[in-house]
Amino acid sequence: MDLRVGDVVKVEKDEFFPADLVLLSSSYEDPICYVETTNLDGETNLKLKQALQATSYLNEDSAFKDFRGIIRCEDPNANLYSFVGNLDVAGQRYPLTLNQLLLRDSKLKNTDYIYGVVIFTGHDTKVVQNSVTPPSKRSKIEKQTDKLVYLLFAVLVLMSFTGSVVFGIATREDLQHGRMKRWYLRPDETTIYYNPKRAPIAATLQFFTALLLYSYLIPISLYVSVEIVKVLQSCLINKDLHMYYEEGDKPAHARTSNLNEELGQVDTILSDKTGTLTCNSMDFVKCSIAGTSYGYGVTEVERALARKKTSSLAQEKSDEDFHEFYTETNPLVKGFNFKDERITNGRWVNEPYSDVILKFFRLLAICHTAIPDVNEENGTVTYEAESPDEAAFVVAAREVGFEFCERSQASISINELDPITGKKVKRIFELLKVIEFSSSRKRMSVIIRDEEGNLLLLCKGADSIMFQRLASNGREFEEHTRLHINEYANAGLRTMVLAYRQLEEGEYQRFNEEFTEAKNMIIADQEKLAEAVAETIEKDLILLGATAVEDKLQIGVPECIDKLARAGIKIWVLTGDKMETAINIGFACSLLRQGMKHIIINSETAEFDALEKSLNESEASEALKANILHQIEKANDLLASSNESLSLIIDGKALTYALDIDVKDFFLELAISCSTVICCRSTPKQKALVTRLVKLKTRKTTLAIGDGANDVGMLQEADIGVGISGFEGMQAVMSSDIAIGQFRYLERLLLVHGHWCYRRISLMICYFFYKNIAFGFTLFFYQAYASFSGQTVYNEWCLSLYNVLFTSLPAIALGVFDQDIPARLCLKFPVLYQQGVQNVLFSWFRIIGWASNAIFSSICIFLICILGLEDQAFRRSGEVVGLEILGATMYTCVVWVVNCQMALSINYFTYIQHLFIWGGIALWYIFLLAFGAMDPSISTTAFMVFIEACAPSPSFWLVLPLVLFVALLPYFTYTAIQMHFFPMSHQMIQLMYAQSDDTEFV
Amino acid sequence: MEGDGESVSSSASTALVAADVDARSILVLRGGRSKAMYQFTQQSLPACKPVLTPTSVISTLFLMGIFCIPIGLLSLHASLSVVEIVERYDSECVPHQFRLNKVAYIKDSLIPKNCSRYLKVPKYMKAPIYIYYQLDNYYQNHRRYVKSRSDKQLRYGLQYNDTSSCIPEESNDGLPIVPCGLISWSLFNDTYSFFRGTDELRINRKNIAWKSDRDHKFGKHVFPFNFQNGTLIGGAMLDPNVPLSDQEDLIVWMRTAALPSFRKLYGKIEEDLEANDVISIYFLNNYNTYSFGGRKKLVLSTASWLGGRNNFLGMAYIAIGSCLIVLALVFILLHVKNPRIIIT
Repeated sequence: MDLRVGDVVKVEKDEFFPADLVLLSSSYEDPICYVETTNLDGETNLKLKQALQATSYLNEDSAFKDFRGIIRCEDPNANLYSFVGNLDVAGQRYPLTLNQLLLRDSKLKNTDYIYGVVIFTGHDTKVVQNSVTPPSKRSKIEKQTDKLVYLLFAVLVLMSFTGSVVFGIATREDLQHGRMKRWYLRPDETTIYYNPKRAPIAATLQFFTALLLYSYLIPISLYVSVEIVKVLQSCLINKDLHMYYEEGDKPAHARTSNLNEELGQVDTILSDKTGTLTCNSMDFVKCSIAGTSYGYGVTEVERALARKKTSSLAQEKSDEDFHEFYTETNPLVKGFNFKDERITNGRWVNEPYSDVILKFFRLLAICHTAIPDVNEENGTVTYEAESPDEAAFVVAAREVGFEFCERSQASISINELDPITGKKVKRIFELLKVIEFSSSRKRMSVIIRDEEGNLLLLCKGADSIMFQRLASNGREFEEHTRLHINEYANAGLRTMVLAYRQLEEGEYQRFNEEFTEAKNMIIADQEKLAEAVAETIEKDLILLGATAVEDKLQIGVPECIDKLARAGIKIWVLTGDKMETAINIGFACSLLRQGMKHIIINSETAEFDALEKSLNESEASEALKANILHQIEKANDLLASSNESLSLIIDGKALTYALDIDVKDFFLELAISCSTVICCRSTPKQKALVTRLVKLKTRKTTLAIGDGANDVGMLQEADIGVGISGFEGMQAVMSSDIAIGQFRYLERLLLVHGHWCYRRISLMICYFFYKNIAFGFTLFFYQAYASFSGQTVYNEWCLSLYNVLFTSLPAIALGVFDQDIPARLCLKFPVLYQQGVQNVLFSWFRIIGWASNAIFSSICIFLICILGLEDQAFRRSGEVVGLEILGATMYTCVVWVVNCQMALSINYFTYIQHLFIWGGIALWYIFLLAFGAMDPSISTTAFMVFIEACAPSPSFWLVLPLVLFVALLPYFTYTAIQMHFFPMSHQMIQLMYAQSDDTEFV
Repeated sequence: MEGDGESVSSSASTALVAADVDARSILVLRGGRSKAMYQFTQQSLPACKPVLTPTSVISTLFLMGIFCIPIGLLSLHASLSVVEIVERYDSECVPHQFRLNKVAYIKDSLIPKNCSRYLKVPKYMKAPIYIYYQLDNYYQNHRRYVKSRSDKQLRYGLQYNDTSSCIPEESNDGLPIVPCGLISWSLFNDTYSFFRGTDELRINRKNIAWKSDRDHKFGKHVFPFNFQNGTLIGGAMLDPNVPLSDQEDLIVWMRTAALPSFRKLYGKIEEDLEANDVISIYFLNNYNTYSFGGRKKLVLSTASWLGGRNNFLGMAYIAIGSCLIVLALVFILLHVKNPRIIIT
């Protein structure tokens, strides 16, 4: 069924919206509905959408019969958080806002059905506008390898060219004025390949022959081997038990094997917050009531701080107790981690201010927009709340004894513990008004009438707002509460201040009229008017206390981030959350630390609002941009002047301006020099954009990690996308390169697997070039002695089996198994990770070093073989060395040298390495024997060459160790000197542990 | 395999909670195969991890040095024990009037090519004394040259007619040439005879080729045919009545040399030569090396266990051995003077 713009659709409970819709009506009388936008922003909470009253009657199919309306709205765009439009119905024009917009890929919840009209379909929907085409990813090392191959190809062409020129000259001279020079080649009667009369053509053809001959320089098998190695590496990543998430039964899963080594080079991590750093569940941990702080729970931040204070010895101990430590503190009730026997089990009645405590929890149970979901079988109540915070409040109230059990259009019922009788009684509060939360108001209120008929305004909100609105007689506990709030904030908790006010009947009536009037106005400023009205009544409040909720971090997140920071990785958090929340989380997961200077670039200031109001749109945006630029410049000055570590916090709107073409360079310059960057309120597109900019600007490897569909763009844009295969659907995982179960596994993924893979691949590639250059150059040198005619010194079969049989397997084993230091030490010394970030193991210096080593080796092999075997008899019975014997000897030397070079360069000998390295050499002898035993028509020059000529000759055996020692001595000496005097970090660690007691570290 | 994987992952749960060691011990109980599998997948296979500690570096260098020097001394001794006489004769054997145009001399079949030289044996030479001819600047390893032969024809003779690789020496007057190709066509044809005083020294020209060549590569029933009958004569003629497997000079020649300067075994003198013996050598200087500026030398040499005279191996071993030991000493010195600082 094809949907078209203007179609009216009915969507039922738990269905996804098929397109972007404008909500017309719902199964509720009040035309509201709840949607879950997990796929868009990763948030699991329910969002409330409300249709216009004007269309609310359209709640059955037949109602649409005579319905006509015209919607005018903005063009399709990627902004999920704004929508402008209006609806003409029956001659009236109503404004449409985000409140009426249902986005494709979000889900209808808790509502039986809705009717909506399609406004954007297919590619025009906001979700699709936010998506980015998946790019193909290749690792930096691979790209560098390509360059290397081009370079080698250039060398190859140069070699072939030189050879063919020399050959051409020699060939031309063979026949001059009818006189043959090298008559034994019969230059007078020859083929085009050797024709002296047409030497240029012969030389050109020779050029191509040489290209083929020296093509051994270019390790074609490298690509195949690297692919094999990477697949095996991925298998090992997938199988790592340390990255197996038991609760979710989720092992790590490398979905592409392309990027293993890139994991070892990550410079910047861009992380989503909700569901990635946090579990996306809020726990009620503490509260301050009537100036007394309740709740003994220890938060992550406190733990992290405590850990930092203790010595490293104690830290190790705590690492060991890691799992125990966390299972212990897991709350029994989701959302409630409050421990204080003064309050729980009804004991709060004995506290000095029990009346305040009563009001406090009653407020928590009433002042919210959650919906109870009573389980018929056992009578337990669960809540569907707009945000996990709110759910935590309701749950907390329930646990303490104020069970919110029913919500109707006009009332709220609570099962409450009666302090006097000690029994449960059901109280019904008449719900008169809900003044909803908005980010500008930062508070929400309800007005109720209790059973005694008192009119009460219950209000909860951010401390910054609430303390201003307290009545002079309501500030009794202010001082203590403020103190506690600071404490809570330092402990990384989200705080909320609770207050109430008794209303006069007349006052309420007046308010009600004004408020309703404001609400019903149909002007753009309607919301502001309503706010202004609400402000008149939300004042003179009496403070009750404050709550503290912990957005529970995933296990091990602070430790992991700390490790990653110590490994020198910059961490950016890109989140759709509010700034306050983001900052809190930043503290909780030790992204932001005390003593760090914070730079906050914010668009939600009064100044901004004023600007937006006073000017028209384009002027306003100009002014805003100028303002942002000014803030960035100021921050840059600060950066230049201070040497403390800085963190940058920027919100979504400011980010929009900061990412404008002319500002973005300033912004990125600032952002890159900060050790932590937090972008709040960012859209999926912005996340992807930031990721791309960071990638392009720093030219370093970026890793994005996220779990929701809103992170897809970011994951695809980053060099590596890591998906958390949490409980939030599969979109992120499907578009990621590597999926892990929990954020904390990132540590092992990067520091251990990343480091290893980087090291393995870079060493393997270097080694491949080494072995092929060493081999290829012997061919070239030999050409110089064969007048570049293209004759190979080795048997053809040996030539083609070089890569396949004798040398590739050790390289593959290196690529799969080599470890410079064991995993434990990789984690213990995160500094080691910088090797990958700075790319020291695959720098051009190192590559050139390997290439020179290869050329040196081939010179050794060639010169020692020809000088040692030269033209004298090479054994007692007087025979001399022919082409095949020299070939066999040189080949033996090559096989030994490259395999021993391998043995020298790896640090980790399992039986597999032994098998492959020594096996490769043994295989060569076996091959020589077997091949030599075949009929001469097959084996040609290799016929019995080993058994008859080489094996019984001492010279054959004596040349070998000499070649070996000489060829490997420079590398050995270089490594030894480096190890002693300029050790690289992994060598330092190796030495430290090699010299100390070994058993301690197994 | 499937089952294995499961057992590993199911025990994984325990492994996660408990320390790593415990998990390992649990798996040990499950038998060797799964243990090996566990170690494999967890990348904790038992391994030796050689580290270049000062001690290991110094001792390795020393050991290698100590290994090299005796070998070097032995090889050098062997090489020095060989008595070798090298006599270049390509220019000396050209009569004075042809010195300016040697090519004309060699090409003129009317000019007699014989020539004689005297050699004084510098030291006692024990039989067998190998006679080599040495050619310089002769590219037997030229691709065209190396390929210009037919192994099958050499082995099976005329029955085998695909001799395209031998062009242009594959047929003459419509008849195939056996052995075909440039290599056999350009067979070396100088001859030597040796006299001590008036006694001719017998030269044994048998058993100078590799046995495998004689037995397997050159047919016992293949006889030269239509060989050197063309207008352009290259090198030596072959006796059409002797099978190829017995034509050892041909077999030797056809094992192409690796380098442009090479020796080939000509024969053996099977009696000892005393020091100061004067040997007169009669050459037939037939082979044309003049047109490409090649040199011809006659070499008489004894052989040690290591073969002919070549000091290179011995010297190189001694050099590298001393190098290693010096390096070891330098390392000791550096290490004592400048102990490594461990940065923790």
